[in-house]
Amino acid sequence: MAHPIERTRSRVRLQVNGERYEGELDHRVTLLDLLREHLGLTGAKKGCDHGQCGACTVLVDGRRANSCLLLAVAQDGADVTTVEGLGPAGPNPLQEAFLERDAFQCGYCTPGQLCSATGLLAEAAAAPGSADLSRAGIAEGMSGNLCRCGAYPRIVDAVRDVVAARENAAPGGAVRGGAVRGEAVHGEAVHGEAVHGEAVRGEVGA
Amino acid sequence: MKPFAYLRPTGLPEAVAAHGGRPGSRYLGGGTNLVDLMKLGVEAPDTLVDLTGLPLASVEETSDGGLRIGSGVRNATLASHPLVRTRYPVLAQAVLAGASAQLRNVATTGGNLLQRTRCPYFQDVAKPCNKREPGSGCGARDGSHRDHAVLGHSPQCIATHPSDLAVALAVLDASVELHGPDGTRSVPAAAFHRLPGEHPERDTVVEPGEIVTAVLLPPETAGLPCRYRKARDRASYAFALASVAALLDIADGRVRRVALAFGGLAHRPWRASAAEELLRGADPTETAVRQAVEAELAGAQPLRDNAYKVPLARNLACDVLLALARAARS
Ligand SMILES: Cc1cc2nc3c(=O)[nH]c(=O)nc-3n(C[C@H](O)[C@H](O)[C@H](O)COP(=O)(O)OP(=O)(O)OC[C@H]3O[C@@H](n4cnc5c(N)ncnc54)[C@H](O)[C@@H]3O)c2cc1C
Ligand code: SF4
Repeated sequence: MAHPIERTRSRVRLQVNGERYEGELDHRVTLLDLLREHLGLTGAKKGCDHGQCGACTVLVDGRRANSCLLLAVAQDGADVTTVEGLGPAGPNPLQEAFLERDAFQCGYCTPGQLCSATGLLAEAAAAPGSADLSRAGIAEGMSGNLCRCGAYPRIVDAVRDVVAARENAAPGGAVRGGAVRGEAVHGEAVHGEAVHGEAVRGEVGA
Repeated sequence: MKPFAYLRPTGLPEAVAAHGGRPGSRYLGGGTNLVDLMKLGVEAPDTLVDLTGLPLASVEETSDGGLRIGSGVRNATLASHPLVRTRYPVLAQAVLAGASAQLRNVATTGGNLLQRTRCPYFQDVAKPCNKREPGSGCGARDGSHRDHAVLGHSPQCIATHPSDLAVALAVLDASVELHGPDGTRSVPAAAFHRLPGEHPERDTVVEPGEIVTAVLLPPETAGLPCRYRKARDRASYAFALASVAALLDIADGRVRRVALAFGGLAHRPWRASAAEELLRGADPTETAVRQAVEAELAGAQPLRDNAYKVPLARNLACDVLLALARAARS
């Protein structure tokens, strides 16, 4: 049975960094290409273009995602935040922490790292019981963002600083509880390397 | 990429009709695998039927005390669901051991089960590959196959299935619900993926045009001690070289119920029924566990460059089973 490919373009409406976008797009356009090539938002980077490096990370309806693997047409109606939208009125505390900790060298992965860390902190705030904001937990939570310069320890430092600031602002608060649990339980993941580069995620519900 | 039509139906019958079982149609979940393969030219659909508009994105308790996971439930949502974490922790662990937080936010339960192999020859359209192009040969057999299968492979294909989630489902005795032009059916999760045999182009038992609508977790395995462990080249964000899902229920020092499955070793999650047989009713001592696991892996047929997987899988399985046995004693 032949099936006519009636249309290969569609109207797409999105909210990007608080502004409305509406346009007719070829179905092949990824969210990353829409941002970079159509909207001039070049913060999100095209690293691998296959979901393997995280440089294209943006927030879609508040959740971090690799924009290179999302078809723009499939995101119709979504609310997208890129690194340009994180601190519209100047660097936000996370961005300050990256500066303070020198959490980069070349800076290519940084927009993705910032969006990913924003997503990580939001996930922790939404599910305090299961969030792990220990150093090992942050490293695991940020593992979808590669850094060729190897700034990982400082990226973890920067995220920890923001976590610590939040804990101090709300002593005994939700985020803190998660961190304490994580520190105690998840330490194992780091030492998992001993057995053939293995990570142990054996603690859920254990 | 070839131009394609894009549809986002809101009802199941419309979705099945839009796909029509045609060779050029593909269902779209999160797209984290399909869009990747379209960029590589491995997939070139003329029509995408996006399933994310269907009401398939919830986790619900069933009347018999099990769980029904809609195929549209995102991997992150699945892993953080309180009932999954408390009743079927091996499933949450397996999902969290896969991919990255970004990918898990987007990837769906159905898409995860139906993701294609990561065999580099399959992903490179310039190379021979019986799975991508039946009859063209298997580039990996005499080529680079360090990540490939040691169990159940065929002369035609030595690929492994990359899903972590599927390995956990195999030990939970889950089933997969399918809906197609001929109605609804359900298949055991352990029989959902195929061995390659003569037809490596067929990863699963899904018929053209069928939609995975849900995964069903039975009440029998709810709350039983279970665990997932994965070995990979780096500590996170890498596919399994070998992984193990195990469920071990011990009463009066004897194994009452056991299920063991390997990931990364075969074209499908490898349910270790020989090992299970030996352990059922036994006292799970170190010797008993080791003998059982070794009996299972005795049938392994490693290739030139992947023999390391056999001891790796053995050690992982012994470690996980013995940890479960220790936990039961204390
Ligand atoms: C860098 C990287 C690392 C990864 N690491 C891991 C890992 O360690 N472990 C792991 O398990 N996975 C890993 N993945 C794979 C990831 O889990 C899958 O890509 C994802 O689960 C696929 O889900 P999706 O919804 O995006 O599927 P899609 O890409 O949308 O679809 C995949 C396939 O399933 C079909 N399909 C989708 N939904 C349905 C349905 N409901 N019914 C019928 N057919 C359907 C599609 O037509 C397509 O053929 C990784 C992926 C990447 C890119
Ligand atoms: S192992 Fe399978 S997927 Fe890989 S090249 Fe051979 S036939 Fe293709």
